[in-house]
Amino acid sequence: MQKNERKKKEPQKQANLFTNYTIITNQYNMKGNPIWEVFIRSKNGLEHRHVGSLHAEDAKMAMENARDVYTRRQEGVSIWVVESKHITASNPSENGEMFDPAKDKAYRHPTFYDLPDELEHI
Amino acid sequence: MEKIVDQEAAFQARIDAGEKIEPKDWMPEKYRKTHIRQISQHAHSEIVGMLPEGNWITRTPTLRRKVGLLAKVQDEAGHGLYLYSAAETLGISRDELFHQLHIGKAKYSSIFNYPTMTWADIGAIGWLVDGAAIINQVMLTRTSFGPYARAMVRICKEESFHQRQGYEIMLTLCEGTPEQKAMAQDALNRWWWPSLMMFGPRDAESPNTEQSVKWKIKRKTNDELRQQFIDITIPQAEILGITVPDPDLKWNEERQHYDFGEIDWDEFWQVVKGNGPCNKERLQARNDAWNNGAWVRNAARAHAEKRAEKERTAEAS
Repeated sequence: MQKNERKKKEPQKQANLFTNYTIITNQYNMKGNPIWEVFIRSKNGLEHRHVGSLHAEDAKMAMENARDVYTRRQEGVSIWVVESKHITASNPSENGEMFDPAKDKAYRHPTFYDLPDELEHI
Repeated sequence: MEKIVDQEAAFQARIDAGEKIEPKDWMPEKYRKTHIRQISQHAHSEIVGMLPEGNWITRTPTLRRKVGLLAKVQDEAGHGLYLYSAAETLGISRDELFHQLHIGKAKYSSIFNYPTMTWADIGAIGWLVDGAAIINQVMLTRTSFGPYARAMVRICKEESFHQRQGYEIMLTLCEGTPEQKAMAQDALNRWWWPSLMMFGPRDAESPNTEQSVKWKIKRKTNDELRQQFIDITIPQAEILGITVPDPDLKWNEERQHYDFGEIDWDEFWQVVKGNGPCNKERLQARNDAWNNGAWVRNAARAHAEKRAEKERTAEAS
């Protein structure tokens, strides 16, 4: 059992198509590390805004990477990182039932209400 | 079949209306594949592009030049990361993208297969190579795929410092001793034609251009971009007091553009096919970096696991 496990972690050598050297594909890492979405508040008073994503093993390293990748020129005063798998996104193919119901509700907007021109401060 | 045709027509209509396409939207398979190829090539170019300049970080003439060059090379790493992220939104993994680079399957910009032989080359790269890249990238800020366009906006904001630091290096050399000016001229001689090749084959020989323009991946053709670059760059060379190595170059009053000589397309295709001066060296360097960095990736994972375990234990007690 233990022997098998150790075998799994051995680097796998693979011939290169391009030149005569070999590539070591490390199995341990090949499962890939998680993707994190990065949100940055550019200055106090503004909301955090999505700026992109990155890979990191855990939240602390994601934060350090986000600092290095996305704020090299003082782009932010606050960073949020969240693992991408925790985001639930709406499906664009369901946009109709999702967003169309708001289309015919003009009465939710101020211009729907007819008022005299001379009326002020309203 | 009919449904797909309808979907493609609806997709084209969205593009024609100037709408952006986002990762979860329906898209033709070819649009997805073209983007994975183009964005990843672009990302690989940023990463491989660190190598010729990295060659001079330890040998800059002054500390001022060193901090500038370091910051520029660090930016290139950042640009590669923005672009890999954008490519991943299309459903390909980072590891797969790296793998394609490492085995020599994926392409990157051929310009980085030329060597940086003198300090003046660092000036010429910033001025010409980044200059050419900016022209291409400014166009791409309006490309139809949202994540790619957004990455380009960020990159363009950062890129103009690259070109200015390069031009300043050239300017300093050109205002220096005759030997220094000769270095600048030599660098221009070697980098001029490869820079023009960065825009890709002529339109007539570029089969993908038509589809790319139709999908608003590209908004200008290779030849249009190349002409734009030449028109912008010649007056900049005049300020430096050095000349581009093209006897056929002259202003065309009628066209309001510079006419220029024939590009050596044999050289272009040779370098694309892997026979440039540094192709093997660049690929070796990327493979070495990946292999030698394996312990760091493994250590990061082990550390994360240990930290998670500690947190679990703390919660349990």
